[in-house]
Amino acid sequence: MAEFALPKNSRVQAGQAHPAPDGAKRVKRFTIYRYDPDTAANPRLDSFEIDLDSCGPMVLDALIKIKTEVDSGLTFRRSCREGICGSCAMNIDGRNTLACTKAIDDVPGEIKVYPLPHQQVIKDLVTDFTKFWAQYESIQPWLKTESADPEKERRQDPTDRAKLDGLYECILCACCSTACPSYWWNSDRFLGPASLLQSYRWLIDSRDEHTGERLDQLEDPFRLYRCHTIMNCANTCPKGLNPAKAIAEIKKLMVERKL
Amino acid sequence: MRLRSPLSTARGLGSARAGVEHWQLQRLTALANVLLVLWFLFSCMALAGSDYAEVRAWLASPISASLMVLLVISITVHARLGVQVVIEDYVHHEGAKVLALAGVTLAAVGLAVAAVIAILKVSIGS
Repeated sequence: MAEFALPKNSRVQAGQAHPAPDGAKRVKRFTIYRYDPDTAANPRLDSFEIDLDSCGPMVLDALIKIKTEVDSGLTFRRSCREGICGSCAMNIDGRNTLACTKAIDDVPGEIKVYPLPHQQVIKDLVTDFTKFWAQYESIQPWLKTESADPEKERRQDPTDRAKLDGLYECILCACCSTACPSYWWNSDRFLGPASLLQSYRWLIDSRDEHTGERLDQLEDPFRLYRCHTIMNCANTCPKGLNPAKAIAEIKKLMVERKL
Repeated sequence: MRLRSPLSTARGLGSARAGVEHWQLQRLTALANVLLVLWFLFSCMALAGSDYAEVRAWLASPISASLMVLLVISITVHARLGVQVVIEDYVHHEGAKVLALAGVTLAAVGLAVAAVIAILKVSIGS
């Protein structure tokens, strides 16, 4: 059966508290999930009180400030700090999003920061993306053609190009897939919203010549049809995309090619 | 140690080339259920207060009997498909899953057959 409780060695315990520095006026408390693989200890929740007067506006700014000034062991991924690389995806205030585009002021009270749900935690806020990337690779996310290469670029009608809008913006941060209950219970076989949205991005690309083969690969009770339109993916996407709609479009293509 | 590449694990046994029929039939029976259940509810309201003979006379009509049989089949097929999805979602032990799926199928068929025979017996038989 699906596991609804954490295993004993994963139960989260209370951790250290780091109070605000003296003289701090605008104090904000961050409660952050910590897990150190080098000790046998359970994960814990550390709290850090930050003076917002000496901190940037985003949650990522606070995390960098904590790492720089309070606890250099705090581990998280980040790179572009402008919502285009997808590295700093984590669960903030109960919702998967990017730390770099989530404003501190948008969260009233303390800010709880956890790693992406239902992923193997490597350390603190860093989770294992091996399976996620392998699933993405399995959908062959590149242009596949049989015709001879044209001399110049492969041309595309503006209306066909417009079909890629709302799909090409996906940065593969995994916020959607790790918010999906179907992905939680069956991520070994269900591709998840991110890889399925990417599949659809290639299915409707007018330049691609492997649409049928792509649909063949997706026609599976688990790979595609585990999606029960729960809509957590669309709800949580930090880029405002709608993976559930892309999946629904794939299901329509499956029927369309039979009728 | 697991000496399999992540891609090999992700690809697994490949695509089953199935699932479309399940998806289509679930939606088709859902639509049929809406219409048939509405018809059934209106019939029940119209029959409220009737005695046994009147209800038998109603069910003796070929239209009533046909729609009742269709209602039973549509509901049991739809239920069977829905419970299958729940089992596939939550039961991860292969043996238990196969047993549960077989059990649900047999129960649905059994239920449908019993209900159809009951309807026909009241409708046609003694």
